[in-house]
Amino acid sequence: MIRVVLPAHLRTLARVDGEVRLDVDGEVTMCSVLDALEARYPMLRGTIRDHDSQRRRAFVRFFACGEDLSHEPPDTPLPDPVTAGVEPLLVVGAMAGG
Amino acid sequence: MSGVRLLVGTRKGAFVLTSDGTRERWEVAGPHFAGWELYHLKGSPVDLNRIYASQSNGWFGQLIQRSDDGGTTWEPVGNEFAYDGVPGTHQWYDGTPHPWEFARVWHLEPSLTDPDTVYAGVEDAALFRSVDGGREWTELSGLRGHGSGPSWQPGAGGMCLHTILLDPKDETRMYVAISAAGAFRSDDTGATWRPINRGLRSGGIPDEDAEVGHCVHRIAMHPARPEVLFMQKHWDVMRSDDAGESWHEVSGDLPSDFGFPIEVHPHEPDTIYVVPIKSDSEHFPPDGRLRVYRSRTGGNEWEALTDGLPQRDCYVNVLRDASSVDSLDPCGVYVGTTGGQIYASADAGDTWTAVVRDLPPVLSVEAQTLP
Repeated sequence: MIRVVLPAHLRTLARVDGEVRLDVDGEVTMCSVLDALEARYPMLRGTIRDHDSQRRRAFVRFFACGEDLSHEPPDTPLPDPVTAGVEPLLVVGAMAGG
Repeated sequence: MSGVRLLVGTRKGAFVLTSDGTRERWEVAGPHFAGWELYHLKGSPVDLNRIYASQSNGWFGQLIQRSDDGGTTWEPVGNEFAYDGVPGTHQWYDGTPHPWEFARVWHLEPSLTDPDTVYAGVEDAALFRSVDGGREWTELSGLRGHGSGPSWQPGAGGMCLHTILLDPKDETRMYVAISAAGAFRSDDTGATWRPINRGLRSGGIPDEDAEVGHCVHRIAMHPARPEVLFMQKHWDVMRSDDAGESWHEVSGDLPSDFGFPIEVHPHEPDTIYVVPIKSDSEHFPPDGRLRVYRSRTGGNEWEALTDGLPQRDCYVNVLRDASSVDSLDPCGVYVGTTGGQIYASADAGDTWTAVVRDLPPVLSVEAQTLP
């Protein structure tokens, strides 16, 4: 069970409260977690990563276990505490005002 | 009893304002999509409860929302706007080629006959169509591909397709306008396009009479006379009597011919409205006085409408999609400002009141006349 914390705007869009818990088949990577997330919540497609290129949107960040994983290749395995469901993967809207 | 619904897009959400036909008291619902930019909302003319909304922000990109109950509840629909084929390049601000990149939807134009068909004007400039209620979008790429696309340049607000007009007498004919490329017309339901900018003169480009490169801000038509078009250009208010084949200036005695929106009276095809702005570098009303100008002669002769509008210390702007008219008699006229006010007139512009004063900056206003 993978725990994912979405930013407030995306929780509203997906109509969820609190953490999202996902079953991920195979290796747990950023890509496989986002695939599972978008399969459960199709309205999130295009909001975290580009539809076509699958690249992370510029003002979205991925944090876990106190580390910034935003620049890791998407097929990099996530840290063990995330894979074990001990720590959540945080999807964060970058600090930017307006 | 008849009524009016105003669909208001702002920098921080959408609001739905409703009134009965007197248009004296308004209820304000919202914000919907709080914290997001709502560039535009518009309802289907054949199903008033079917409304499309363009929702975006810098973090999470573009969403399209659809309501089937007049804006009470919403459903996210398709948000994939993929350019057809290899998108190629347009000119960047420095004159270098720049790849076409989707940024946002500026304008949504529902079909005049089918509530499931809707057009989207986007930045970087292109036209998309959905025929399934907004779930899937297909580019009408004949517009970008007609030949001049690689020479288009962005205006200060981005290279946006912001105006879509559908001809109610000829379902094959449509118009779009792009900043800063100009106006274009299709006579085959959007398959092929050509520029229609003859007569436009723009001092800000090397060839003032160029075929493309003009910063058209808005075009409007009266449905009973669709071959007559009115245009608010960056500078100049223009008119065409031949479906855009040629244009002539009708700025006349306006205090400034710079501005963004232009509207046509719903029952008087020669009555038009503009909101003069001081200049391209000072986006506020001349003399700190917000004045809507009305011409009853199809241009050239204008009267200032001021009763109820702020006539001192007013430095707001009215953006290109932030005005609208209803079709009651007398008609209602509405403008939304970057200061968050919605001003309404229930007597065709003679007198005005502020319906609401403290919304986020207003990006768009669309009036729906309810039975």
